[in-house]
This record gives sequence, structure tokens and C-alpha cells, in this order.
Amino acid sequence: MRITEQQPGVNKRFIDPASVSKRMDGRKITNSVFKTLFFMATLVALLVLGILFYRILSQGIGFLSADFFQNFASRFPEKAGIKAALVGSLWLMAVVAPVSMFHGIGTAIYLEEYAKKNRVNDFIRMNISNLAGVPSVVFGLLGLTIFVRALALGNSILAAGFTMSLLILPVIIVAAQEAIRAVPQHVREASYGMGATKWQTIVRVVLPSAIPGILTGSILALSRAVGETAPLIVIGVPVIIQFLPSGVMDTFTALPMQIYDWAKRPQADFQKVASAGIIVLMAFLLLMNSIAVLIRNKFQKRY
Amino acid sequence: MVQLMNRTDKETQAAVSPVEAPIRETAKPVVYDTKQLNLWYGSHHALKNIDLPIRENEVTAIIGPSGCGKSTYIKTLNRMVELVDGVRTSGEILYRGRNIFDAKYSVEELRTRVGMVFQKPNPFPKSIYDNIAYGPRIHGIKNKKILDEIVEQSLRGAAIWDEVKDRLSTNAYSLSGGQQQRICIARALAIEPDVILMDEPTSALDPISTLKVEELVQELKENYSIIIVTHNMQQAARISDKTAFFLNGEVIEFDDTNKIFQNPADQRTEDYISGRFG
Ligand SMILES: Nc1ncnc2c1ncn2[C@@H]1O[C@H](COP(=O)(O)OP(=O)(O)OP(=O)(O)O)[C@@H](O)[C@H]1O
Ligand SMILES: [Mg+2]
Repeated sequence: MRITEQQPGVNKRFIDPASVSKRMDGRKITNSVFKTLFFMATLVALLVLGILFYRILSQGIGFLSADFFQNFASRFPEKAGIKAALVGSLWLMAVVAPVSMFHGIGTAIYLEEYAKKNRVNDFIRMNISNLAGVPSVVFGLLGLTIFVRALALGNSILAAGFTMSLLILPVIIVAAQEAIRAVPQHVREASYGMGATKWQTIVRVVLPSAIPGILTGSILALSRAVGETAPLIVIGVPVIIQFLPSGVMDTFTALPMQIYDWAKRPQADFQKVASAGIIVLMAFLLLMNSIAVLIRNKFQKRY
Repeated sequence: MVQLMNRTDKETQAAVSPVEAPIRETAKPVVYDTKQLNLWYGSHHALKNIDLPIRENEVTAIIGPSGCGKSTYIKTLNRMVELVDGVRTSGEILYRGRNIFDAKYSVEELRTRVGMVFQKPNPFPKSIYDNIAYGPRIHGIKNKKILDEIVEQSLRGAAIWDEVKDRLSTNAYSLSGGQQQRICIARALAIEPDVILMDEPTSALDPISTLKVEELVQELKENYSIIIVTHNMQQAARISDKTAFFLNGEVIEFDDTNKIFQNPADQRTEDYISGRFG
């Protein structure tokens, strides 16, 4: 509007083309300096990762045999196997996945869809994000106090599963909240506008759009639970176990516990066994992350 | 707008849709009766002492400058405005004789009787079929045969059946904006409402889609009562029977569309429709 009111040619010129082109070279140099800098930063990360992979693979690959998956722990490196730990980790997941996802997604739905925007709820929201930063050993202590002792679950799969669920709950909640918030308000309005209840709207409109994001976040959180050691040590999960658990009340051991135990043994060969264990753990995590990526790519909805 | 003004009265009358004699219309029963409605967003007084009787089988246009409360009013009619935090209302809106602000009045029931078409097309990211079947499904219809019939009838009603009948299972987002808006109209028809609220339904559409929606409104008024917000004066003049002019949250004038556009009682109405402000 204002431009048309002005006389043509009266517009003042503030940008001088000559000085712009004079400064152009300097700007381009700065640009490439930073580009190189950031590339180097990436390179360092890749390098570290590469060395890690190389060391572990070259050390551990020799111990990766069918026996390794079928044997229990042993005093002799060549007889040591990962069976108990692998099965234990699967049991742990079987508890952590449903407990943490049900709880986390439910909380996120409540906070995003039902809770009113007031100070109390803002305070809750803020503190959930803060909880995600609490060290895992603290969650271990919490689990020890509540599940192991107060509820007398002992060092069972259930106690460890609950503890791990608490640990990753904040991450799942935050991821699910973000996924739910990304569903545009106008499709909710469309649903309410036809007389749908809040629950119908959540189930039929919000969740179908949010579920890929929720699952991706949850799986990444679960893979954190697979790799965590500290809480397990605190609640007293043993490392040497010669049987497979037959229920959630049995005790167990998990991959990172087993690796930790091998790694701290003096014999050089046990270092190699530890590397083989790490390969298994990394394969486990890689598998979970690829499932997350797969879900994200397959079900992602665009508006 | 300027063009509209430059015409003589006679021409304007011809341009305005051929409405039936206003005398007969006043006999139609009132669907929505707004009485002394006030609405606040927090401390912002957005609607002030609104009184509006809206009659059956008529198209009522709501016009007024941006920010005057048109959307707020139309969203109050189906209580969608309550999705905004911190909204307060006073006064009453009687829908078919019952006050919708009654504590016992169920919003879900109200919104089943009163369909809404939004300014921006907002289909669900689902197939065309599922979009239309959404309303009937949430109200408990599961029978596939019945759903099929509802979908066809609604799409025909929204004048889009021929364009989409061969691709009912494709995502509604693959349609053009104008087609999406007609899908949204069809979706509103599928709940068999009594009243249809439309908030600038053609503001995002090209002239041809706009024309289609306008023709549709003309057909729909045979069976429904329609309340339509529009920024387009010609559109209001073409398609509506009654027009309400809003300004700063107040209804300045409410009368037959012919009267508003040819002989407005209030100077501010005349200024607005002649494009002198707004
Ligand atoms: N969610 C909200 N919170 C606070 N104030 C609001 C909200 N929505 C609208 N308002 C205010 O209420 C007044 C009326 O807004 P409304 O959206 O009803 O205007 P409108 O007539 O539909 O305008 P437009 O023609 O631009 O769509 C405006 O002053 C606006 O700033
Ligand atoms: Mg508006």
C-alpha cells in the first residue's frame, strides 16, 4: 500500500551495489572456512566411531560362534557364552516396552489433549523434560528403594523392568508429546465439528497421525534401556547365571552387565569375549534403530 | 465492490440473486435465536450484545471488516469457540428453542445437528471415502452398505461425486484445494445436519471452484439453513437472503440482503459495502 502511494523514483536507495560486490569475496571466504570447520567436526566423530568399530570387530569376531550364543557364563574365556544375558535382555524388554509405552503415551495424551493450560500443568510439563536429564544411577537407587525393597520384588526381571521403565519414561513422554503436538489443530477441529467426543478424536484422528513419531521415539528410548548398566548394578542384578529365567519374578542378567563383567576380568582373552558381547549388543541396538527408521519412513503422514 | 456501487438500483437488484418475496420469508421459523450474546477472550470483549434471529431454509451472510468477530460468532453457534482457553460468554443462543449454553446441553449433540465448513479446507489425512464416512461412523453406523450410500449421496450433494467416484480410496490430500473444500462440505452433509455453518468457505478457492460452492449453497438451502461468513460483497449479495453487518463485535445492521445492499439504514454499513473502509 505505502509503496504505491510514493512517487516513483522518490524511494531512497540504501544498498550500494559497488560495496556489496566488494564485500562479496570476504563473505564467501568466511562461508567456506566454516564449512571446512564443521566438516572436520563431523570427521572427528566418524573417525572415533570407525576406530571403535574396527577394534571391537577385529577383537571379537573370532569369538562369535554358534557356541557363544548357546553357552552360559564360564570361568574359561573359550567356553564363555552370552545366552543368559541375551535372553535376559529380551525378558527385560518384554517388561519395559509395554510398561513404559503404555504409561508414557498415556501421560503424553493427557498432557497434550486433556490437561488445561495452567501453571500446575506447565510445571509438570517442564519437570518431565528435566527428569530426562537425571542420571541413570539415581533411577537405580529409586528402583532399589521402591521395587526391590518396599515392594519386595527382589532383583527380579520385574523390578529391573520397572526401574528401566521409569528411566526412559520421560524420553517417551517428551517424544510422544511432540508427535501429538505435530498433528495440526485444524484436523482436530474438523472432528469436533462433527460431534466427535474427545476420545473419538484422539483415537481416530490424533493417534493415527502421531503413532509413527510416538513409535520412533519409544524405540529409541527402549534401545537406551537395552544399553544401560548402572541401574542394574544398583538394584543388584547378578552377572553369573547358569539358568534361563522362566518368569518375570526370576532373577536374570542383561547384555551390558555381562559385557561389563567380562571387560573387568584380568585375562586378555576375556577382553575379546567382551568385544564379541559388544558386537551382539550393537547388533541388537542397530536392529531396533532400523525398525524405528522403517516405521518412520513407512507411516509418516504429510499435511 | 466499486462496480456494485456504480450500478443503478435496478441493475443491482438484477445482480442480487433473485430472492423470493421478503414478506413470505419472515414467516419461516427461527432456527437460531441469539439474545444479548457477549463473548470475551480473556479480557478482550469480542462480541457485544448480539441479537440475531436466524431463520430456517435461508442463507444468512455475515459480513464485516477483519477482526470484527465474524468467525468468533459462527464458532459460538456450535460452541467450537470453547476450544480456546479463557473464553467467557454471557447471554443465550437458542437453537430450536433450547439454550445451547445450558449446562445439560451436550456439545456433541449440538455439533451433530450443526455442521461446519472451515475457512481452510481441512480434510483428514485419510481416503476420500473415510473422510465422508467419518461422521456417520462416530455416530455408530457400521453397516458398509449404508455407509456406501451415505458417501455417494453426500458427495453428490456437494457436487463432487463425478470428479472423485473412481478414486474414493485415494487420500483426500491428493485433491485440489477446491475439491478438498467440497469434500469438507460433503463431510458436513454426511451427518445430515439441520444447519450448516461456513466460515469463508471460498476464500482459498479459484473463481470456478468458488462458483461451484456458491451454486451448491443455493441448492443446499432447500434443505438446510446456512450461515456463511464472507469477505466478498458480491458473494453475499448473490447468495444470501439475509445479511448481518458486524463491526467491532457488534451487529450494526441485520436485514434482507436486498435492503442491506441497496438501501442500508446505517451510514457505517453503506461505507463498508461501498468499500470506503474495511
Ligand atoms: N483465540 C483467540 N484468542 C484471543 N483473541 C482472539 C482469538 N480469536 C480471535 N480473537 C480476537 O477476537 C476478535 C474477533 O476475531 P475473529 O476471528 O472473530 O474475527 P473475524 O471477523 O473472523 O476476522 P477475519 O475476517 O479476519 O477472519 C479479534 O480482535 C481477534 O483478535
Ligand atoms: Mg474469520
